[in-house]
Amino acid sequence: MRFGVVVFPGSNCDDDCYDVVRDVVGEEVDFIWHKERRVEGFDCLILPGGFSYGDYLRTGAIARFSPVMKAIGSFARRGGLVIGICNGFQILLESNLLPGAMMKNRSLRFICKFANIRVENNLTPFTSLCQIGQVLRIPIAHIDGRYYADDEIMRGLKENNQIIFRYCSEDGELSQESNPNGSKDFIAGISNRSGNVLGLMPHPERASESILSSEDGRVVFESVVSTVKRSPRRSLRNDCPPSEEIS
Amino acid sequence: MTQRTRRRRDERTHDTERLFRAKVYISLKKGLVDPQGSTIKEALESLGYGNLTRVRFGKYIELGLRAKGRGAAEEKLKEMCGKLLVNPVIEKYSYHIEEGSVR
Repeated sequence: MRFGVVVFPGSNCDDDCYDVVRDVVGEEVDFIWHKERRVEGFDCLILPGGFSYGDYLRTGAIARFSPVMKAIGSFARRGGLVIGICNGFQILLESNLLPGAMMKNRSLRFICKFANIRVENNLTPFTSLCQIGQVLRIPIAHIDGRYYADDEIMRGLKENNQIIFRYCSEDGELSQESNPNGSKDFIAGISNRSGNVLGLMPHPERASESILSSEDGRVVFESVVSTVKRSPRRSLRNDCPPSEEIS
Repeated sequence: MTQRTRRRRDERTHDTERLFRAKVYISLKKGLVDPQGSTIKEALESLGYGNLTRVRFGKYIELGLRAKGRGAAEEKLKEMCGKLLVNPVIEKYSYHIEEGSVR
């Protein structure tokens, strides 16, 4: 299968994602420059972490209007798999491909450390190889990572089982001490309603090799590979032209 | 191109268009935790300003634009706020618009 890693001006985890997919997971991968208007031949697109457009105005707010985002919107609406990591998650929120918004961490500090996250839903293409309640040790690195959604959005997320990862303690308990940034309801990662778009603040690509002291993040990429290979029809290798305005 | 000639070109209007300047004030919606606002409030209090009841942090954007009239300028401005300048999930905004060029 073939992954695509989207590169925005200011992305800085693009190489890490590329490296993990190619050398650790062993699948095909290509970079996609943000000026591209079409995305063709990909099974899964990754929007990597970084500081696209310098985080000006709001994180992800400018990248959301990069030419490639129209094609990614159409890819996602047709069921294509999309993962947004950190800044990628922020871009998906600004694009309305995921509900809610990111705010400054409660501490106002840039937090760069390992976090524990609990798998809340393993019926997604991104967690299919996980157990529910499994705790993954994956680092976070952000200052705008406090997930916020109003009551209506929260109701929808819960009803449709869209909360995929929650910050937790080492033992999988939810407590304010284990919520590093003050995210609503401990949210570390969510999916869209149909489950083919994932956004998460922790960086699985930084925890996919033993030399990096945790390999827990690899399961996200491996779940995608296993899902696509089990049902090749999931693959949307055909051309996704730029669609109309992203709503 | 110098600043001055660029400004002249940018501000050139067709006969029917006029220049407007707009000020957009963006702040977090009521009820949302605003750690920047609370930190500023605490800092002011530590400087002896004990009479503060509330501090909310926000953003301010100035724009110069051409439009056929105030109504048209307002309409464009609201469109820009809806599309890019404001995130309606967490932010609210107000604006002030007046005729004239941005100084």
